[in-house]
Amino acid sequence: MKITQLVLLAALAAPAAHAVEYRTVLPKQSTIHFEFRQMGVPVKGGFKRFTTEMAFDPAKPEAARAQIEIDLASIDAGSPEADDESAGKLWFNRSAYPKATFVSSQVRALGNNRYEMRGTLTLKGKSREMTVSVTYVPGKNASIFDGSFVLKRLDFGIGEGMWADVSTVADEVQVRFRIAATGTY
Amino acid sequence: MSVAMRYSTPAIVLHWLVALLIFVGFPLGVYMVDLPLSPDKLKLYSYHKWIGITVFLLVAVRVSWRLMHTPPSLPAGIAVWQRRASQIVHGLLYALILAIPLSGWLMSSAKGFQTVWFGVLPLPDLLEKNRELGDLLASVHKVLNFTLLGLVILHVGAALKHHFIERQPFLQRMGWGRKERT
Ligand code: HEM
Repeated sequence: MKITQLVLLAALAAPAAHAVEYRTVLPKQSTIHFEFRQMGVPVKGGFKRFTTEMAFDPAKPEAARAQIEIDLASIDAGSPEADDESAGKLWFNRSAYPKATFVSSQVRALGNNRYEMRGTLTLKGKSREMTVSVTYVPGKNASIFDGSFVLKRLDFGIGEGMWADVSTVADEVQVRFRIAATGTY
Repeated sequence: MSVAMRYSTPAIVLHWLVALLIFVGFPLGVYMVDLPLSPDKLKLYSYHKWIGITVFLLVAVRVSWRLMHTPPSLPAGIAVWQRRASQIVHGLLYALILAIPLSGWLMSSAKGFQTVWFGVLPLPDLLEKNRELGDLLASVHKVLNFTLLGLVILHVGAALKHHFIERQPFLQRMGWGRKERT
């Protein structure tokens, strides 16, 4: 009788075995990059240290949530001079605002493993609503979440005073992140 | 002075255009490097790069023209060693005014900044971003530039000496003064 019970249990559990919730982020395989134009020249940068908390079940995308906290001191702004400059009051004012955070508020499935994630980005004490497009790439070991959005640095007071001149450093900053995560079944 | 004593008009125009651009681009380079980071500094760096790439293109045209046209022969009475020296210095000047913008372009690539000529035409990055290589190429750029400065002083000094002290019509060879003069 025991065996039939087990078989029965297994059969009942089988559909659930396909459900997965991604919660464990792999920091080494996750990246945040950005790109902006300086005198018409594309300049690439990124942040090396950030923590991500997330929960995503492909079967229930609207219940998904994500929270990213970035250590602004880990910036690569394109050159050592720019790294130093970015810490200052006119840019991130890092001693007062050492971190940037993004907290999701709503996720909408667009089909084809594409999602629209809304949330609040807080930088230099200013919070703005952002809409991030995210693509989910299921993988064997880890799955990948690729997101991108464009922010306007002046909305956050990033680059004040002389640096507010957008003909030298463009207002738009293209942000791209990749979060790798494993799930639990 | 017969026409054969003069460089061809394209050679003369290119000579002075390149000289003018270097006379602007060189001091600009020296001035901009020590500025604290600011939008103005970024602008000057771009202008410097645009001027430098323009020099590179003009020199490419100039060298091609030079290879297809024999320059006017030197006046009789110029010592053999001076003829030889002038050939060597002219060769080095051509090499430097090609190598200097080239080193600047490569330096910019290695430092992770693509060169976009006049903010419009992106030049390919021939090197990957590499901080050490970028710093090395900056030193190369600087050394080549100060070698150029030394040679230009020699070059200008020699031309002026022949013209004013030996009273040979040297400056006319490069288009200064009227064509018909005896
Ligand atoms: C005829 C052409 C050029 C001349 C005469 C020239 C001359 C100079 C000089 C004199 C300096 C200052 C060196 C120093 O004191 O450290 C300089 C720096 C510089 N040049 Fe040029 N240059 C030329 C072309 C270029 C080009 C084509 C580029 C890039 C596309 C370029 C990029 C730079 C950069 C980035 C620096 C600053 C290096 C640093 O930050 O240490 N240059 N140049």
